[in-house]
Amino acid sequence: MAQPDKKRYIEDEKKRQQRMKRIVFGGQIGLGILVIVLWEVLTRYEVMDPYYWSSPSTIYETAKVAFLEGSLWDDLVYTSLATLAGFVSGTFFGSLIGLSFWWSAYYSRISEPYLIAFNAIPKLALGPVIVILFGIGFFSKVMLAFLMTVIVTALAAHSGIKAIDNDLEKLLYSLGAKRRHVFMKVVVPTTMPWIVSSLRINIALALAGTIVGEFISSRQGIGRMILYAGQILDIDLVWVGVVVLSLLSMLMYAGTVSLEKLLLRGQEPKQ
Amino acid sequence: MYKLKVVDASKIFRRDGQEVVALQETTMQIPAGRFVSIIGPSGCGKSTLFNMIAGLIKPTTGKILLDGQNIVGKSGYVGYMLQKDLLLPWRTILDNVILGLEIKGVSKREARKKAQPLLERYGLKGFENNYPPELSGGMRQRAALLRTLLYDQDVILLDEPFGALDAQTRLQMQGWLLRIWEDFQKTILFITHDIDEAIYLSDDIYVLSHRPGKLKAKIHVELERPRGEETLLSDNFISLKQKLLDLLREEPKDNGTT
Repeated sequence: MAQPDKKRYIEDEKKRQQRMKRIVFGGQIGLGILVIVLWEVLTRYEVMDPYYWSSPSTIYETAKVAFLEGSLWDDLVYTSLATLAGFVSGTFFGSLIGLSFWWSAYYSRISEPYLIAFNAIPKLALGPVIVILFGIGFFSKVMLAFLMTVIVTALAAHSGIKAIDNDLEKLLYSLGAKRRHVFMKVVVPTTMPWIVSSLRINIALALAGTIVGEFISSRQGIGRMILYAGQILDIDLVWVGVVVLSLLSMLMYAGTVSLEKLLLRGQEPKQ
Repeated sequence: MYKLKVVDASKIFRRDGQEVVALQETTMQIPAGRFVSIIGPSGCGKSTLFNMIAGLIKPTTGKILLDGQNIVGKSGYVGYMLQKDLLLPWRTILDNVILGLEIKGVSKREARKKAQPLLERYGLKGFENNYPPELSGGMRQRAALLRTLLYDQDVILLDEPFGALDAQTRLQMQGWLLRIWEDFQKTILFITHDIDEAIYLSDDIYVLSHRPGKLKAKIHVELERPRGEETLLSDNFISLKQKLLDLLREEPKDNGTT
């Protein structure tokens, strides 16, 4: 450093970004490990009561047993399938309802307040009714997940409909288009980013619906397992349920993110 | 035989019991292959006239005849292009250009095959697979015009297509439009605010007056084609411009109520 003022320092923009990315990623992983290690250490030295808080190693051991000897695997499949079925049907029919508002201004305006009112109802409170109506089997869970997602999607699609450029419709009509052309070529693609933006919320909502359905009454599923474990005060098993659900939720979230990319192909999701 | 005839077409809107005349009875006769401009101040009913010819709104009175056939209220008989390019952002340029053909029922593959040489020929080579936001305003207008052109109607309505472009690009686009017009022999109706543009491009110029919109004058442009930049400086051009300026300046004296 003989001539410090003559030294040129040029930072490479791309390298800087890459370094930042690396540090962020490392930090994210590190933080996760830190939390798990702290949890383990604190419960082992009984700073946190391991009876209530369990511990990562106990959870792991309990999960292993539950997977290998218990019915955890079947429960997981059951809950996943119910969630996915509710999510897919709720999103699909919600989109259809939302898109249908494009066909008639009267129909759209008359039904809008009811849509909003229905959205305000805490759907989970309907759980007992749903179980009585559809039984304690698989279908009642799907129905709850469906109810959780359908209105959210319909409202999202409805916002998309409102954002359609009138001139675009005019252009299509000037090209001799019928209403169905306008619907397929303008309305659906314009609304897609709105529908897609509701996907991430929907997957979490559908899962919550399924779990509550299982809480109320069920023979299978992670929700039933948690409820059962709670009743026999097997708190380790409750934690297993919570951890497995979290992992499932993250996996499904990752799934919706790739689904978004597929559906949008370059467009941005809209709120 | 005229290609397009507008016969006593008028448009009156009614709002809250009050009648608003957007366009008074207007008659125009446009021979095939002409380049006709329509100029006038904002609110003179230019766009109303176009919407009627395009069949998007029905005139209150009168008829619109295309090749002698009444096309009142029928859309899809003329090509129509607006100031906004209105390209669909989720489609590539190529797929935007074939939109009209698709609506007509032509298969995508066939439509693309038809569009490809057009894009190459008229300055969009290499942009076929780009999305509209990646292109400049001028390029997007080209794509929008090619879409109208590919739709293949004899009459094309252009509603201020270059209004949003900068002067330099606009000049380029005008030359480009003239080339296309000569290649395809279409009948073009062109709305503009720009007197220079109107003279430079047109065979005939219709001047509309302010509210209520009314046909005020028809001026024939006696300038040799092909026209170039030197045309813009010729005496003929200047005197035509003077005439049009005078016509448009008379405006405020007109009483706008009926």
